[in-house]
Amino acid sequence: MAKLSIDGREIEVEDGITVLQACELAGIEIPRFCYHERLSVAGNCRMCLVEMDRSPKPIASCAMPVAEGMVIHTDTPGVKKARQGVMEFLLINHPLDCPICDQGGECDLQDQAMAYGFDSSRYEENKRAVKEKYMGPLIKTIMTRCIHCTRCVRLATEVAGVEELGALGRGEHLEISTLERAIDSELSGNLVDVCPVGALTSKPYAFAARPWELRKTPSVDALDAVGSNVRVDCRGREVMRVLPRLHEDINEEWISDKTRHACDGLRRQRLDRPYVRRDGKLQEASWEEAFKAIADRLSGLSGERIAAIAGDLCDAESMLALKDLMTALGSPNLECRQDGARLEGGTRAGYLFNTTIAGIERADAALLIGTNPRWEAAMVNARLRKRFLMSGFRVGVIGPQVDLTYRTEYLGAGPETLKELAEGHGAGAELLKQAERPMLVLGMGALARPDGGAVLGLARKAAEAFGLVKDGWNGFNVLHTAAARVSGLDLGFLPQAGGRDLAGILDGAGKGEIEAVFLLGADEIDMAALGQAFVVYQGHHGDAGAHRADVILPGAAYTEKNGTYVNTEGRVQLGRLAGFPPGDAREDWTILRALSEAFGKPLPYNNLGELRQHLVQANEVFGAVDQIQQVPWGDFGAEGALDPTPFTSPVDNFYMTDPISRASETMAACTEAFVSGRGEATGTHG
Amino acid sequence: MLQDKDRIFTNLYGQDDWRLEGARRRGVWSEIKSQVELGRDKIIELVKDSDLRGRGGAGFPTGLKWSFMPKHSGDRPAYLVVNADESEPGTCKDREILRNDPHRLLEGCLVAGFAMGANACYIYIRGEFFNEASNVQVAIDEAYDAGLLGKNACGTGYDYDVYLHRGAGAYICGEETALLESLEGKKGQPRLKPPFPAMVGLYGCPTTINNVETIAVVPEIIRRGVPWWSALGRPKNTGTKIFSISGHVNKPCNVEEEMGIPLKELIDKHAGGVRGGWDNLLAVIPGGSSVPCLPKRVCDSVLMDFDSLREVKSGLGTAAVIVMDKSTDIVAAIQRLAHFYMHESCGQCTPCREGTGWMWRVLTRMIEGRADVEEIDTLLDVTYQVEGHTICALGDAAAWPVQGLIRHFRPELEHRIVEYKKTAQAAE
Repeated sequence: MAKLSIDGREIEVEDGITVLQACELAGIEIPRFCYHERLSVAGNCRMCLVEMDRSPKPIASCAMPVAEGMVIHTDTPGVKKARQGVMEFLLINHPLDCPICDQGGECDLQDQAMAYGFDSSRYEENKRAVKEKYMGPLIKTIMTRCIHCTRCVRLATEVAGVEELGALGRGEHLEISTLERAIDSELSGNLVDVCPVGALTSKPYAFAARPWELRKTPSVDALDAVGSNVRVDCRGREVMRVLPRLHEDINEEWISDKTRHACDGLRRQRLDRPYVRRDGKLQEASWEEAFKAIADRLSGLSGERIAAIAGDLCDAESMLALKDLMTALGSPNLECRQDGARLEGGTRAGYLFNTTIAGIERADAALLIGTNPRWEAAMVNARLRKRFLMSGFRVGVIGPQVDLTYRTEYLGAGPETLKELAEGHGAGAELLKQAERPMLVLGMGALARPDGGAVLGLARKAAEAFGLVKDGWNGFNVLHTAAARVSGLDLGFLPQAGGRDLAGILDGAGKGEIEAVFLLGADEIDMAALGQAFVVYQGHHGDAGAHRADVILPGAAYTEKNGTYVNTEGRVQLGRLAGFPPGDAREDWTILRALSEAFGKPLPYNNLGELRQHLVQANEVFGAVDQIQQVPWGDFGAEGALDPTPFTSPVDNFYMTDPISRASETMAACTEAFVSGRGEATGTHG
Repeated sequence: MLQDKDRIFTNLYGQDDWRLEGARRRGVWSEIKSQVELGRDKIIELVKDSDLRGRGGAGFPTGLKWSFMPKHSGDRPAYLVVNADESEPGTCKDREILRNDPHRLLEGCLVAGFAMGANACYIYIRGEFFNEASNVQVAIDEAYDAGLLGKNACGTGYDYDVYLHRGAGAYICGEETALLESLEGKKGQPRLKPPFPAMVGLYGCPTTINNVETIAVVPEIIRRGVPWWSALGRPKNTGTKIFSISGHVNKPCNVEEEMGIPLKELIDKHAGGVRGGWDNLLAVIPGGSSVPCLPKRVCDSVLMDFDSLREVKSGLGTAAVIVMDKSTDIVAAIQRLAHFYMHESCGQCTPCREGTGWMWRVLTRMIEGRADVEEIDTLLDVTYQVEGHTICALGDAAAWPVQGLIRHFRPELEHRIVEYKKTAQAAE
């Protein structure tokens, strides 16, 4: 601890923090542009200058570590003058285009100019103009506004792990540039957030709205299994943009580009009224007609001939409602694993990311099996990189060999390497043995295959053999790709006694043994395999499922309903309604509740509160929101023959993984820039 | 005036052989083993006693700087870095050492490196110094071949490597931490201090950065003894110094002189006097472009050392004396310097990046008087907004010449503005 005096107030703070942080602890605001809590210290904006006794010059408080007996002054005329001076310098070459600037209203420069600047300008010369730069489909640049704080350069280099941004030239001619290339990072949207001025703004959101017009709703993301905390900004019922919301244990203050920019997909391809297929064509219908069509077709069918598949974006409430409805109809054929992952319910530790995302920072070795976390869970990958940068972190890879933005050791391609490891041989075994707190991450690429159960069993064996599970540490992790998966497993939305799994349902539908299939937002299965079955699709986008459907029930997307999601760590989080669903579309559980009436078997809940009580009764984990519960280790996985086929990642295009991102123009542009047209598109093309 | 027997740089003008044989004839590398055998503490003590101050411009006490190096750096190596990126306008003293007496520098590198416990020495030489770099490299090779450097250097049992690195021509890379960045292969931008290089320097290891001249004089101080050195100059401003005299003098030259020599004597004795006589003098920039200029009335009596020049609000800097006679357009001269600093600002921190351009633009208008009288105060205020608010000293260096101009030549600036207004009104 160090004792220092700030503006005459004595304060005792931890060693190693900076003067700026100490001032904040003392409740004194220090203006800053270049300083950012999560980035390295640059100390170049000079806005945070304060005076220190025995120092002839003012010091940059963001860069000066505290020391015993320091005497700091932040309210002297000298400090005021220094701040005014810096503010004036920043503004002399900054265009006065606030009225047309997208950053207007949430601009650090604007705010601080009000608080610390002069009221008029003494600069009579011409202002500098800087050419716009091309930085890809997500980032719009107006580089004349740049104040050269280099936050973006540091974010790209440190957090995103791509050295694609840098400063060219020197002096007044210093320019931030990517050399006219798109920033190939799934975290590039965060550059816009860290930019304190309007130099980097969101291209899809350009000139779309003003911050004060937007209604801000705190919610969670559902486009991957991380459950990033977001703020959904709406104008009317339309989602204008999605921004990150601080959650230290999940996404810190970053989000991936898909989370941020797929929101324009919420406006396109929407199902806004019920449809019924008549004479081979889908025709508009009323809710009553749609319900009647379903009830007519299903009544009299025995439960074994009905199946239900839940998709990747479903909230827990609608899955519980569908499960209850299917149980009422006598169907045991439930499935929430669209990708065919060989995960069973039961032992919760067997399907969770037990280490937790924040816990990665405590690990000292990681083994990635059949996963590309950079694309499957960008925020998990960012945390792995953060841990890597702290040094003393080795990462082994079994499966796809990709650039994860940190150094990895390639161990092998498929299950054989894992088997060797479980038996205690090979480089992977060495890696785990030498570590004190090792972790392994099992991806869907290793589990969503016929021998997935055996792979899971081997991974469990390895975890037990190498001390991954011990007092206070659980290094066994399953990395999910679907936001609905963990809650589906928690609810047991799985084949009931005598029920069929995904392969069984598809097989049965093809053979005519299954006559009706209810798809709750399930678009990732092979629709052709459904054969002649009567398909009900409930969802929000006209994607694969809707095309195949005989009856379409328009539901709500994740921003349009109050829903519960469980992320890959097993953390229960609440998504909130930010804007109402379009047209006749309704919140999903209400549709199922109404449908149950049509069958004459009403579900026992009339409002969300009652449904959530049932949810907690179904599994008490739903009662503890945003809490990580210690789960006991247990038996899971299977034994069996291994298929030597190499593991592959389930995500072959980060930007398009679900109906929403597939409908998004922005994600299509990203796909073209970064996936399909890789390496070809530059600023000089078109 | 310095006597020949007291000169250190006896081959300053290159009349003798610069290679090892010639250097040995001049006494370089003699008794070097016994110097090293004095031990680290003793050498640092001697340098402290000598009151040697850094010759690169800031005049920081060298012995004190060396003593900041950790006694034991653990498993980290320690480095000596020699700053041979001599780029200060007007300065050309290190260049003569590098090309005509490189062994004197290398000898200093060994003694200084040993004193601070360095494992290796990097000489960062200005890129434009092609022939100089070539000579230094030849000298390094000779020294290795003669067993003076490398493993068991000079038979002392001390392993010491010296590397030469050529810069790429940026003025800012002469700033010590920017130099380290450049040496590491990064963009030459100054680092924040703390941490100071003595703790976290080159590649994160303890490092001391010294000017060529500073390093080169150390063995001679030890050889001839501290009393000899201290007898030269004035207290706290001891020894000899190479002065580079340029501008409106009859014989521009480099000369080694005693510290504290009167400026007038320096110019008259060594540079053949001011062009047109002393009375034709307008102003002198006494220490390289970064220090404020002095008008003739100050030049009449000022002594050339750190403290005397500080008293008249200027500085010794690199001791590059730039003489301007009455034919000089002093505003244009300072405007040209302002342009230099604008061009060489690294652009990292705000006051320097934005302020240097502002100053240059205002001065450009003031050459012809196209400004308001109030703008002189604005300009002065801008220099104070730059000075002391930047990461490195380039901001100060850009502000000082302008401050000197306004301090001593304000009537000239006002006169031009008034004249311009008159002409403009007449034209209307």
